Formats: sequence, structure tokens, C-alpha cells
Amino acid sequence: MRDTGTKKHAALAEEFIQDKEKADWHDGALWWIRQKRDIQANQTPQWEELREAASAIKMNVISNLQTYLLQFEANLKKNGVKVYWAANADEHNQIVYSILKEKNITEMVKSKSMLTEECNLNEYLEERGIGVINSDLGEYIQQIDNEPPSHIVLPCIHKRKEEIGALFHIHLGTEEGLSDPTALTRVARKHLRNVFLTRRAALTGANFAVAETGEYVVCTNEGNADMGAHLAEVQICSMGLEKIVPEKKHLAVFLRLLARSATGQPITIYSSHFKKPRPGQEMHLILVDAGRSRLLGREDFRNSLKCIKCGACMNTCPVYRKGSGLSYHNTITGPIGAILAPNLDMKKHADLPFASTLCGSCSNVCPVKINIHDQLYKWRQVIVKEGYVANSKALSMKAMAFTLSSPAAYQAAGKTGRWVLNYAPFAINNKFNPWYKQRDMPGGPKESFGEWYAKNQVKKEDQP
Amino acid sequence: MKVGLFIPCYVNQFYPNAAKATLQLLQKLGVDVAYPAKQTCCGQPMANSGFEHLSQGCNDLFVENFAEFDYVVGPSASCVLHIKDHLHSDTAPEEAMMIREKIYELVEFLTDILKVDKLDARFPHKVGMHQSCHGLRGLHLAKMSELVGPPFSKPEKLLNMVEGLELVTLDRRDDCCGFGGTFCVAEEAVSVKMGKDRVTDHIKNGAEYITSPDLSCLMHLEGILHRDHSNVKVIHIAEILNASL
Repeated sequence: MRDTGTKKHAALAEEFIQDKEKADWHDGALWWIRQKRDIQANQTPQWEELREAASAIKMNVISNLQTYLLQFEANLKKNGVKVYWAANADEHNQIVYSILKEKNITEMVKSKSMLTEECNLNEYLEERGIGVINSDLGEYIQQIDNEPPSHIVLPCIHKRKEEIGALFHIHLGTEEGLSDPTALTRVARKHLRNVFLTRRAALTGANFAVAETGEYVVCTNEGNADMGAHLAEVQICSMGLEKIVPEKKHLAVFLRLLARSATGQPITIYSSHFKKPRPGQEMHLILVDAGRSRLLGREDFRNSLKCIKCGACMNTCPVYRKGSGLSYHNTITGPIGAILAPNLDMKKHADLPFASTLCGSCSNVCPVKINIHDQLYKWRQVIVKEGYVANSKALSMKAMAFTLSSPAAYQAAGKTGRWVLNYAPFAINNKFNPWYKQRDMPGGPKESFGEWYAKNQVKKEDQP
Repeated sequence: MKVGLFIPCYVNQFYPNAAKATLQLLQKLGVDVAYPAKQTCCGQPMANSGFEHLSQGCNDLFVENFAEFDYVVGPSASCVLHIKDHLHSDTAPEEAMMIREKIYELVEFLTDILKVDKLDARFPHKVGMHQSCHGLRGLHLAKMSELVGPPFSKPEKLLNMVEGLELVTLDRRDDCCGFGGTFCVAEEAVSVKMGKDRVTDHIKNGAEYITSPDLSCLMHLEGILHRDHSNVKVIHIAEILNASL
């Protein structure tokens, strides 16, 4: 898969913004979805109470994860599902491979799984001679372009229809220049129909797993998860440990919130409940840790495990909308990605908690009330303490702290600063100052407020 | 009631007129207000960059300057929020916690404590209201668009008391401007793009002035407007509320 290399968020986002028309379109498309979400939220009675309930249910799950997982496992087994535990991506991939190998399966269809993206399952299986096709249209487009998804719900939202038309021309033989979305979708549909009919194995993720019954729920708009699962003799589900809900009745809370938050739909077209294998079919379920229990151990960050992967924080985030998801160089992008990624690899993702203005919009659209922007602030403190910021930044921060801790030093620096802005603006207004590249500096008033106050107000106060 | 006037570092140096307007407005409303001369900064520039551990000097200085007052009032939502959320002190822990309780951003001090219901101010212009994110989502100065609930806006309530002032309706009433402290230079491209998009919204909807309870947002937007040779100006809300007949 195409990699973004070692480039950091700021550089990758800057590249995306260069194409102004596309960047504006991207921003507008996501804002439109945010507005659809607002309409749904405002039409839903007790929206804020629902968010509170969802948050409380998930906090209970996180606090009692072991109990619920063991209950879920016992019920899965009762239903005739084979259960596996994977500590990390490698173990997960090996388990999937062993299931397929035993059945001599060389082709698999996949849907709805950001987790397998996280685990790089496709590459792992392809190296071992097993072909995988992502059947969600957006993920399919990203797969044929050899690029990771930029958004967890709208994987190719950063691509315009003309770009998709060009890809289909190369990979599916459509007419050159064809970019009508309906026509392109028909072609993909026909192609994928054949994939569904011929694959003996289908893998899906899970949106929710019910401990009480041992069933799991997959939400899609395209019905592709069902198509794959219903036609395959081997059905595999890969799910993160945190996907549990205690009881079936809790789905009533989450299914009302998920699609409204994600795309502004009342509910996804399909909410499929999978419980036990059909006669002659095998069902396997892999419970994957891959950093989740480590996150559980980080007190300030553990409640990010409440996430139901709706993507609302991405749609609302102005930094995401302007700079696109691929700038986050992580499978889960956007604000939630920026607080999940440092738990996986702090050095590689040290830039992500800084890719935010801390505006707080993310925390307030979040249907499970994750304090995303507070966690971004807290990750910054951790990353600095662990030494993952540039020395130059650390030095300038020390100098700033020294100046601001001393009224005399601060007043002298302020005077100098204003003097420079007045008499030598060229010293600051140059290409080495990133502020000045596209913005002017404020003017340099002759007198600070403090100086004015000392002259005008203190005297007044002293008068009888 | 004795009020300590908190003028954030960059307001003191670059925007003394906003500070003067804050002081004069409070005096006009009969408040006994004093400016402690040895104040510097709330410590947010370090803390938001991940160097909260270096901000203790600022914290101690803040407590030293403001512990004696009944209220602390500042014309900057972002700095006030930082104090509210993060001020702490090992040497004077109780004083620090008390300051957190008694610090107010100017607008909320006028609406919630002074309960101002009329103002002697005139500003015959079309004005766009830029909601500072820290004022909006941190201090709850207005209802944010993300939450479901009855609408309210403390700054707009005050602006509506100003004679001749016309508030313009924006396409995106509470999208962030992209300043974000050191974000504005570390993520220069995104920051400027966000700022340009905000400015465009205000201009498109006919604003002659962009106002806000936060000068950091306005400094960023002013930099963009000035570079584009725009006639649209930024003005701190205190300067409008203090604009004489």
C-alpha cells in the first residue's frame, strides 16, 4: 500500500490544501454531512440523554471488560461459533490465515473492518497467496488505488468523482471520462456481485457485540456484509475487545445514535444480527486486543475505548475538513485517530495530538461523549515528557516560560517586541516567520496598556 | 466588590485599546476595578504546547496578583478558560482554586454578575460575531451548534443593546478560526485556510467589523484581512460595548 513515509501532519495537510478547489469541495462535503447530523440530532427526542446513556453503558463495559468478554465468549460457543483471542495484529492475521488454509481457500471477500486495516491483513494474506477484496464501495475504490482509507465511514471522501472515474477506467475498463456516480456504482456493483458469488470465505467487522446473547451486529448501507456472509461457507468476524455491549436492549441506544451521528441518516439501511452458523457453514470470531488493553491501563485516555467509530468527530473537525484524513498517517484518522494513535506508536504519531486547535467541537458531537479535545491536550503533555518533540521547541518554550515568569523580563520583552514591530518590522516580517507567510503581524502600539495605566490611572487613584 | 483586571500578555502589548475599553466599561458600570501591575500571562502558550510543567512560574505569579480580589475579569475567553481549567499552585493551593471559581470573561461578568440590561453605547455598523471556541465550548457563552437545546448567546444579548448595531447572519456561526496558539505557526497552512474561510463567510454576509470576546482569534483574522487589503476590520467586543454616543 502507498505510504505517506515520514512526512508529518502539517506537511501532508499543506499538500492537500494546495488544490484549493478540491480542498474547498472536501470541506463543504463534510460540513454538509455535519449539518445532516445536526438535523437528525435536533429531531430526536432526548438526544443529549441518549448520548449520556450511551456513554454510561460504554463506561460500564470498559470498567468490567473481562466479565463481559468471558460472557460473550461462552455464549458464542453455545451458539456454535469458534472463538479466538489475538493479542496483536500478527496473531490476528495468523488466525485468519490458518482458518482459510485449512479449507484451502485462496480468495476472500471482506467488508466493514477498520480493524483488519489496522492489522494490515490484506498485505499479510496476499503475501501468502490469498486474494482479498474489500466490498464496501469506498474501501474498494481505495484498495484499487492502493491507498489507505482517509475516513472510517467515508473511505474515499477525499477523492472527486472524476478521480474515481479515472481509476475505474484503468481497473474496470469503463469508458474514459465517465464520472457519473450512478453509472460508476453500477459497474462496481456488477463486478462485486461476481466476487460475492465466487468467494467461499467472507470476513466482516462488528459494530456491536452483545455479551448477553453472543450475537454481533454489523451496520452497512450497501448490504455487502450480508451478501458476503450469506453466500460464504466460512464466515469470519474480527472485532476489537471494546465492541461489547452488555445486553441486547442496549442496541436500542446505540443504533439510534450511530447512523445519525455518522451520516445524518436515522439508521443504516442494514443492521444485521449474526448469531449462529447456518447448517453446513462455519463461523469464527476473533477477539483482538492490539493495544486496547494497554489503552485501558492509561487512566487519562481509557475512555477513548467508548468509541463506536461513527466518524462524527472527523466531519466536524475543521482541521480534518481542511487537511483531509490521509494527513493523519494512521488507519483511524481525525480527532479520534489523533488520540488513539499515540497509544499504538508514540514516536511515529507524536505530531497528531498537535494537529488540533483544541476547539472542542469533536467532544460535543461525539455520541458517546469522549472528551477528545481534553485528551489531545493531555497527550501533548505526555509526548513532551517522553521527549518526542524537537529540541528547538523545548528551548523556545523554556525561554518563553522564563520571560513570562518575571514581570520585569516580560515588560522589557514586550517593549522590545513593540519597538521591533514599529521600527524594524522587516526583522519579523520575513519568510522565516511562518505567521508572516500569509498573514500580517499586528501593529506595534507605542505604549502597552500597563504603561498607560501607570501614567493615567494610578495617578488618578492617588488623588484625594 | 473589588475586581482585579486581568489583561493577558499579548492584549497588554498589542491591543491596549481593547484593555482600556474593558477598564472604562467596568468603571462606567460602577465597578471598583484595579489592574495589578505585575501580571504577565496565564501560562497557556506553554501548556497547550505540552509544556504545562513549565507554566508554574506563571501560575504562582497569577495567584500572587489576583488572590486578594472578589472577582477577576479578563477580556479574553481563551486565557480565562485556561485559568479556570488549569490554575494550580503548590504554595497556595486554596487561593488557586478560589481564583478558578471567581474568574470571569468580560461578557459573562456583564451578563451573569452585573446583570447588565442596558448599555449607553452606539456603533452604527454591520457586525459579524466570531464565537471564540474557548468562549463558546469552554465557557458556554452561547449555545454551540453541536448540542441540542434552547438557543442563547451572552455576547449577542449585549451587542443587541448597542444602538445602531446590526448583527449579520453567518453561514457557519461557530466554526473555528484556526488560531489555536502555537498551532497557528506549527500548522501554518491549515491555520490560514481556516482563517481565510472564516473571513470569507463574514465578508460574504456583509460584515464591516468582525468582533469576538477573544483577541487571539481576531489577531489571526486581522493578519489575513490586512494581507488581503480588506476594508473589513476586527474589533474586540469591549470596544463596541464601550463605544460612546
